Amino acid sequence: MVDQAAVLSRLEAGVGTEARARSSIQIVPIKGLPIVAVIIVGLIVAISTNSPWALAFYHVAGGGLWTGVDLFVGLVIGPILGSLSIPARAEFSARFMPMMVLIMPTLVIMTLASGFQLAVDIGNFNAANVNHGWLVGSFIVVGIMATIALALLEPANIAVLFEMNKPHPNGAVIARLMRRFVYTAGITGLMQIATLVIMTRVASQ
Amino acid sequence: MSAEVAIPDAPPVTQVAGASLVLVVVGGIVMASSFPSRPALGVPIALLCLSAILLVIAVLLLVRSPGFAWGTFFLVGRWALLAYTISAGMIEFSFLHNHASGAPLLVVTLMLVLFAINVPLLIAFTVARYQTG
Repeated sequence: MVDQAAVLSRLEAGVGTEARARSSIQIVPIKGLPIVAVIIVGLIVAISTNSPWALAFYHVAGGGLWTGVDLFVGLVIGPILGSLSIPARAEFSARFMPMMVLIMPTLVIMTLASGFQLAVDIGNFNAANVNHGWLVGSFIVVGIMATIALALLEPANIAVLFEMNKPHPNGAVIARLMRRFVYTAGITGLMQIATLVIMTRVASQ
Repeated sequence: MSAEVAIPDAPPVTQVAGASLVLVVVGGIVMASSFPSRPALGVPIALLCLSAILLVIAVLLLVRSPGFAWGTFFLVGRWALLAYTISAGMIEFSFLHNHASGAPLLVVTLMLVLFAINVPLLIAFTVARYQTG
């Protein structure tokens, strides 16, 4: 196992290729903001017009990507990240985390807002509807995932970027925040399996 | 990178604000579950009040913590507030578009206000607690 303290000491001393100068990390990728704006405007139009195709597109595309990204990050990237040395995690995170800062909230809002409207239009919200119970179940699953993501995962994600932007980042802080990221991403990844079960059930009855 | 720097202690703002967020999310689930019918508002209002109290406690804990990096807190907080105001606005728009009105709309709006304050508070606090004041 890599002795992380030794690696960090070597980095502090400027030994090894990892110690090369790292440019300041852009915490929110500015280039991605116009894309997010276009997606949000499209979402507002889809809801305003009650277009079945547009709502289904936003819900299926957004939900599929959200579930896929969560599963992949939680069950594939997370364990790999957890097994890397702290400098390697820092290098990976410096490129990966800023993208997640934009991608995940955008996918979440496009999925939830379009899904809500779709459920209203189809009639799934009516208490007598066969899907009503499943829908409430999906609210509970999403509520748990949202709480974990908003209270723990996303703050850790952004805090680690700020820490890495310091001239002398604190390895212990990065390790603690990355551990939080890996665990919470794993939990939300597993919970997405419940979402898949519920949504395929709703779509097929 | 420095490995030996100690991690600073911090007041339990994440725990308290997180509990506040849980209550507002549960309230939102209760409200949405009975939509578009008019829901019974007793439980959602109770959850809303408890959530607001916890949020105030979280803010008080924050204000009383010495040497806190307020500059970083406000830098991160204002951008997060903008982002989550847009998110909350989208949810509010969905309810308005579906003709929500009166007391249920007021309760949902207040829940969304708490949500839009709570999440930036959590993000900004988590970032700022590791920065120097």
